[in-house]
Amino acid sequence: MAKLPLPAEENLSPGHMGCPGCGACIAMRLALKALGKRTILAIPACCWAVMPGVYPYNSIDVPVLFTAFETAAASASGIRAALDVRGIKDVNVVAWAGDGGTLDIGIQALSGAVERRDDIIYVCYDNEAYMNTGIQRSSSTPIGAWTTTTPGGSTGNWKREPKKSGVEIMVAHRIPYAATACVSYPEDFVRKLQKAASIRGPKYIQVLCPCPPGWKSDPEKTITIGRLAVESCMWPMYEVENGVYTVRKPAKRKPVSEYLMMQGRFRHLKEEDIEMIQKLVDEEWELLLKKEEMSQREKPADSRGP
Amino acid sequence: MVKKLINGNYAASYASKLARAQVIAAYPITPQTNVVELIADFVASGEMKAKYICVESEHSAMAACIAASATGARTFTATSSQGLLLMHELLHWASGARLPIVMVNVNRAVGPPWSVWADQTDSISQRDTGWMQFYSESTQELLDTVIMLYKVAESPDILLPGFVTEDAFYLSHTYEPVDIPEQAMVDSFLPPFDPPFKLDVDRPHGLGSLSMPHQWYMEMRYNIAEAMDLSRRRILEVEREWRELTGRSYGGLLDEYGTDGADAIIACAGTAASTAREVVDDMRKVGKRVGLARIRCLRPFPTEELRALGRRVPVIGVMDRCYTFGDGGPLFTEIKSALYQLRDRPLVKNFVAGVGGRDITMKTIEKMFENLLRIGSSGLDREKEWVDLKRPEVV
Amino acid sequence: MRRELRSYKDLPPGPITFETTRGFFKTGSWRTFRPVVELAKCKKCWICWKFCPDVSVRIREDGKGVEFDYDHCKGCGICANECPAGAIQMVPEE
Repeated sequence: MAKLPLPAEENLSPGHMGCPGCGACIAMRLALKALGKRTILAIPACCWAVMPGVYPYNSIDVPVLFTAFETAAASASGIRAALDVRGIKDVNVVAWAGDGGTLDIGIQALSGAVERRDDIIYVCYDNEAYMNTGIQRSSSTPIGAWTTTTPGGSTGNWKREPKKSGVEIMVAHRIPYAATACVSYPEDFVRKLQKAASIRGPKYIQVLCPCPPGWKSDPEKTITIGRLAVESCMWPMYEVENGVYTVRKPAKRKPVSEYLMMQGRFRHLKEEDIEMIQKLVDEEWELLLKKEEMSQREKPADSRGP
Repeated sequence: MVKKLINGNYAASYASKLARAQVIAAYPITPQTNVVELIADFVASGEMKAKYICVESEHSAMAACIAASATGARTFTATSSQGLLLMHELLHWASGARLPIVMVNVNRAVGPPWSVWADQTDSISQRDTGWMQFYSESTQELLDTVIMLYKVAESPDILLPGFVTEDAFYLSHTYEPVDIPEQAMVDSFLPPFDPPFKLDVDRPHGLGSLSMPHQWYMEMRYNIAEAMDLSRRRILEVEREWRELTGRSYGGLLDEYGTDGADAIIACAGTAASTAREVVDDMRKVGKRVGLARIRCLRPFPTEELRALGRRVPVIGVMDRCYTFGDGGPLFTEIKSALYQLRDRPLVKNFVAGVGGRDITMKTIEKMFENLLRIGSSGLDREKEWVDLKRPEVV
Repeated sequence: MRRELRSYKDLPPGPITFETTRGFFKTGSWRTFRPVVELAKCKKCWICWKFCPDVSVRIREDGKGVEFDYDHCKGCGICANECPAGAIQMVPEE
């Protein structure tokens, strides 16, 4: 058998309803490779509530609880509690939600579960808008993006507010492990999931998933675009373990314009808008590096508390 | 059997312990708080082998119960008023997923203005969620009904969630002597939770995915309707079993008192029934033939029982401790609807009373009976009446 | 578990899925371009396999490279775009 760069095991069946070139489908396939069959998912309203297929068919080959929009984290807590009372220990409990379900409507339940230290892996697959309902703005939509609810028009009313940071919110909860990831880096994503699975308590991974219909990009460019997001530091790749940051630095930083110009959702941006975004990304990147430096230097013995 | 002096809330806690609930996810709200405080104590002391999830909202409480129930654990939660309303979305989810979750709701008014006192608007608003609904009259009934409800809800042909209510303060905080059944007896009555499907890595299934209009959504809803209809018989069977074990029963779906040969009866739900019982006794003593029909179970609705009653009784007053704006008291409209198919229908009048915890006194109920007896000979005066309302004409 | 669904009576007690989509949903019909691999050029780096959103790139049993599950491949073109050896071409469906 060929030596493969990732686990050979497939727990996602073909025939699912994802769009051609869907980043979120790659994310699911990779996650199920990383976590294996002893995994239970809680999936709220999101693309992945629809993509598994229509009843009685399901492309996900592990148990899935489909649940209401704002309940991914609380559902995962409930699954974990039931497994605990039934004495079942070796099962990964995963909340699998989109960026709206995580950072907008679901953030209360997420905050609750993380504060309670519930032993769950929360994966936010981030396609940066409400894609399943047809591309409406979420708090995770990046600044500059067109969506159907930030349409631009004569007022230039594309999204003017920067993206909310899921990982920083989780770090503020003193979560044992939080990380960003991107489907363009499968080995990295698989490693982070497996690391998350090895840690007790709440874990949060936000994986960037390019969305061809929502980002107005070519399906074949999904991986290329994800790579540019990382290389331009528009989507910095980093992990935070017990408060200590580890940032993956691109060999050579690319200008954000290279990333933005591959996507129709940014096509309206003028030169000065791109400059403004570049400046913002630069500032965020510098801040992140400072956090890394500071946390590495001041490594707390154990920031998890008693 | 041990007799303890406890309030309604503690009766709910004891019931969840006796039923061996395995996952409790709850959020505090007045006047429910001591239900979950006592459970937290039971879990902390190891008296109850369960996981207690301190969720950050009622919405998450129900979400966690749904997930835990789907993973094969017996679940319990308790709430009240605004908390129940916040759960509303997920009440539909629980029944749609066919999960036999059991809950206690303390019937409390909804704001604004803020009111923490007795009113049934909260639970009545959940009529269409596919939950069985029981209204208790006493602390003992609350404890017994929670245990019975698990058995009904978990029946393989039912698999629906249900809740038991208690009126705020009248039951929640009032101490009564309660028989706490022996654990072994409850164990013999209620077997461990063994659902036909659960989230299980060895037998992976999805629960609650998408269904298109031409596929199976409508058939799944029909199956819920069928299960809810079947639950009527099951409730009676389970109550009969409970009576054999404990000697206690509560009248099935419709608890009748003094209805034989009655010229007028009052129908109501909750603790006001206790007051009405006293009035019935007093009035019967002076030769006035009045009676009481307590709606113990609102879902499933005691349609047949009410029809049988409607064939015998010429005048029915329906006392609602809440109101459906733009229509009438909810029990009133439901009872009228049940009676419509009768050839000779009784007169039905609506009394709206005790809204927001206002006291429903014996005097108030006696006046209602007098009014009903009058109506019996002179005809309906008016269809709906808000009783003890501060009206300009009586100030 | 297999069940034939004809009426409400055949449904399990609850909305429980019991079939995989594999073979039932031939999403290959969505395709306008199909990937074709030139095995001689294949470097066996498995990058195309790694990125396929539709689980439709398979490792050949003879180990000589990859093949495609045309029943399910939606023709997104990621495999061709990412192949460092240029071994995969997207050709229009007839």
